Amino acid sequence: MSEHRIRFTVNGAPVDVTVPAERLLVDLLRDDLRLTGTKDGCSVGVCGLCTVQVDGAPLSACLLLATQVEGTTVRTVEGLRSPLQEAFIAEGGFQCGICTSGQLMAADALLSANPDATAAEAADHMMGNLCRCTGYYGIARAIARARPAG
Amino acid sequence: MRPFEYVEPETLDEALELLASDPEDTLVMAGGTSLVILMKQDLVRPSRVVGLRRLAQLRVIHAGGDGLRLGALATHEAIARSGAVREHAPALAATFAAVATVRIREQATIGGSLAHADPAQDPPVTLLALDASAIAMSKGRARTIPLEALFVDVFETSLEPGELLMRVEVPPLPAGARATYKKFLPTTLDDYATVSVAAVVATASDGTCTHARIALGGAGPVPFRAHDAERALVGRRVDPVAIREAAGLAAAAADPIDDLRGSAEYKRAMAAVWTERALREVA
Repeated sequence: MSEHRIRFTVNGAPVDVTVPAERLLVDLLRDDLRLTGTKDGCSVGVCGLCTVQVDGAPLSACLLLATQVEGTTVRTVEGLRSPLQEAFIAEGGFQCGICTSGQLMAADALLSANPDATAAEAADHMMGNLCRCTGYYGIARAIARARPAG
Repeated sequence: MRPFEYVEPETLDEALELLASDPEDTLVMAGGTSLVILMKQDLVRPSRVVGLRRLAQLRVIHAGGDGLRLGALATHEAIARSGAVREHAPALAATFAAVATVRIREQATIGGSLAHADPAQDPPVTLLALDASAIAMSKGRARTIPLEALFVDVFETSLEPGELLMRVEVPPLPAGARATYKKFLPTTLDDYATVSVAAVVATASDGTCTHARIALGGAGPVPFRAHDAERALVGRRVDPVAIREAAGLAAAAADPIDDLRGSAEYKRAMAAVWTERALREVA
């Protein structure tokens, strides 16, 4: 019923689009911008698959109207350049991979804000980024491996 | 999601004007975690949504001699991490830190949470025990709503059409008072509580209780204070016998429902157990 011109950046590139009020960020990213690394899982903010960073904070793209990111800096897995990526491979931090982009964006948000995060802090932060292949030990090892402090 | 008109006012006056012009079909959006899901699931059908994100003055967290002022748009994560909140009301910071996951805490706000009035939420319980009030504003009128008077029924508050929840005020604790929040999570840590309990107790130098607050969540259609249990403590030593008695009275005041988090009978039993644990911690 209303259309909105929104401007923000995704992975450093400016975006200038017009969207209906009810457009969700996850749909804008995947369908309009073709950034399909962000997955849509539960659609109610519980599973963590759609985790992206908005001004550095890990958020569920399925719970955000696209209009809510007007003027912000959005990062998706396509823009990630982190030791976490090699660490997930080295430690076997995934099996099927559907949760991996969300896991990476959540873990990167933690290490960017708190490079010295303890294993317990990491576990608390990553709670709710679900992995149904039960790869949690591998994910925890990958985060520990990627920490700047080691 | 059904189409709707979305408006982002730049000023408070503009927001109140928008709410006044069509109070019945307009809904306010703070963080959006609950409203977006309700709209996706077609449980609410607003013709207009007023997004508050440009009203930066509603994000402010302030601590002073008269206590804490928490702007309605302060996020759960901002409150949990706030130095002012951790210093003046550590139990409140811990309560906000116990909500859901970091993704929800980064988006969900205190004002949105209170206006949503889900009886299983965490913050209302501790805010009740801390004697907090909500400040609501409509065009030309501001009023203070003690938190006990805010919650009317499941997902229902005493906020009137056209009213905007502006901030939450938390007075200082009585001297020497201790506060805690206990969240019983038998399944997963990111779940809503099966039951939760906040307790505040102050005692005189002879050990006599001078101030008691006990509030419960997940144990009825609204988060509530267990007044009988509080009265049972004041004027007595907070010993194991008094604690057991108060816990029984708190459970008797509960009116839980059967759901995935337990049967009503189980929740009532757990209300007693967790009230006892909370009181032991602050006695």
